[in-house]
Amino acid sequence: MATTHTLRAKHRRSALRTLAFLSPWLIGFAVFFAYPMISTVYFSFMHYDGFRPPTWSGTKNWTYVFAHYPFFWPALRNTLWLVVIMVTLRVLFGLGIGMLITKIKTATGVFRTLFYLPYLAPPVAATMAFAFLLNPGTGPVNSLLESVGIPAPGWFNDPDWSKPALTLMFLWGVGDLMVIFMAALLDVPKEQYEAAELDGASAWQRFRFVTLPNISPIIMFAVVTGVIAAMQCYTQPLVAGKVASGVIQGAGTMFEPGYPEHSTLTLPQLVYNLGFQRFDYGSACVVALVLFALSMAFTALLMRRRGGLIQAGD
Amino acid sequence: MTQVLDRPAELTARATPAERAARRRALLEWIAVHSLGVAAALFFTLPFVFVFLTSLMSDSQALSRDLIPHTWEWANYRKVFDTPGFLTWWRNTLVYAGLGTVLTVVSSLPVAYALAKFRFRGRNLTLMLVISMMMLPPQVVVIPMYLFWAKQLDLSGTLWPLIVPLAFGDAFSIFLLRQFLLTIPGEYLDAAKVDGCGDLRTLLKVVLPMAKPGIAAVALFQFFTAWNDYFGPQIYASENPDAWTLSYALESFKGAHHTDWNLTMAATVLVMAPVILVFFFAQKAFVEGVTLTGVKG
Repeated sequence: MATTHTLRAKHRRSALRTLAFLSPWLIGFAVFFAYPMISTVYFSFMHYDGFRPPTWSGTKNWTYVFAHYPFFWPALRNTLWLVVIMVTLRVLFGLGIGMLITKIKTATGVFRTLFYLPYLAPPVAATMAFAFLLNPGTGPVNSLLESVGIPAPGWFNDPDWSKPALTLMFLWGVGDLMVIFMAALLDVPKEQYEAAELDGASAWQRFRFVTLPNISPIIMFAVVTGVIAAMQCYTQPLVAGKVASGVIQGAGTMFEPGYPEHSTLTLPQLVYNLGFQRFDYGSACVVALVLFALSMAFTALLMRRRGGLIQAGD
Repeated sequence: MTQVLDRPAELTARATPAERAARRRALLEWIAVHSLGVAAALFFTLPFVFVFLTSLMSDSQALSRDLIPHTWEWANYRKVFDTPGFLTWWRNTLVYAGLGTVLTVVSSLPVAYALAKFRFRGRNLTLMLVISMMMLPPQVVVIPMYLFWAKQLDLSGTLWPLIVPLAFGDAFSIFLLRQFLLTIPGEYLDAAKVDGCGDLRTLLKVVLPMAKPGIAAVALFQFFTAWNDYFGPQIYASENPDAWTLSYALESFKGAHHTDWNLTMAATVLVMAPVILVFFFAQKAFVEGVTLTGVKG
């Protein structure tokens, strides 16, 4: 009898200690996620401009965003463009650079550092730099292109080239993928390559049947995290658009994101545009919920593939 | 001299044709790999070089198509420092990044420790929630959060809405630290328990010293997240230039000096430089952090 008693007390103590250790995050989760998430759902059914008290508006915000707000579908299309094209190119390029770095035998450390540094460049600074490098008038890139006789594109000033320009910038910052691909490639067992070579496998066959299967979990990880990052893409397109359009920043400056011609508008920018520029908090919450649904869908994909990706514990 | 030059020829002469072919292939591969390496290095480096060179040009030359400065205008950097507000923005950034980093580490470590080493019901669920939060765009909850800070607490135009939440654990930091703590053998913790250490003592006296590299990685990532943050300051600080941070204020150089690319690029260099300097002192922590969160536990 006494033993069960102490056992129960012990259990309670251990539950309390767990709770104590987790408490910072549990409180944070409640205050900075659960409560605002419920509010987001609530506001998505209210008309609220931040001044007059919110009033019930039913599904008006929802129909407004999906049927009447002119920027929702272009923003979703742009986001999907980034998700499909930018992420694919980034993973392929990251894998290529990762393979290259494992093959370089001279001054490897120097090369690795040079390839990695752009990843660390603060996003705003990198965007300012690329807006300058790629500006059609005086940018060094177009000077170089024209000097070798290649017709220079308008980059961030041309709606057909603004997303490729963004992509180029994201390819420049591929250092994180290089590091994880490098680690994965070095982990592939040497014996498998030797065996394949003995069987007379060509370089392509060794890549296809030895390298790829061994690193496929990492490719999957790179794709899913890349997709999530692409969906959150906010600072770079906004700043690129601002700088390219020549808008002067200051308190109270109004800039309709998406320059040129909504070609760099992404979903997160809509939340800002609707909420903080148009003071239509209700409709902004609708877009926030769309963004939430998409992120959770991709996160679920990541978790399902957890096997080799995120170790659940011992 | 001739002897040295002759020796390889002698060696090649002695090699069988198959060996020679293999050696030639290896040499060609070496050349191909290293040319590609140099090409890639140019792609990754030239943007930095052009930005730096432009930052040293005169006003008029920055608007031309020249790549190399005629005269090296180091005074451009002085002009950036003399811009009204620049030192305030620098200080704000250090406060946000520094205070935020300390709070993040202090609040995330116990959570990560519990997730890595305690056995309790709902542990996997908690971990999954942490990972989900890591993937959540900040825009999802920004409307109610803004209304809460601005309308209820009247704290917009300050850095508090950015700093205070970091005292409640940060999902990415918790995840990274947990991945790191998993690698600490349980025997150390058992030994501490046998010696009569409580949980808090174990955390402070045993885990903390062993987790230093993990903490360093988290601190660096958090510091740069704050340093790089644009959205947070845009939401909470945009109306008050005295509360701007460097990343947010950077754009204003384009505005304040119109199309003075030279000063804009000098400011860009100044925002990039600390990150790159710190990287050279703490390379290991960075790379460790990327592989820990990227590959496996």
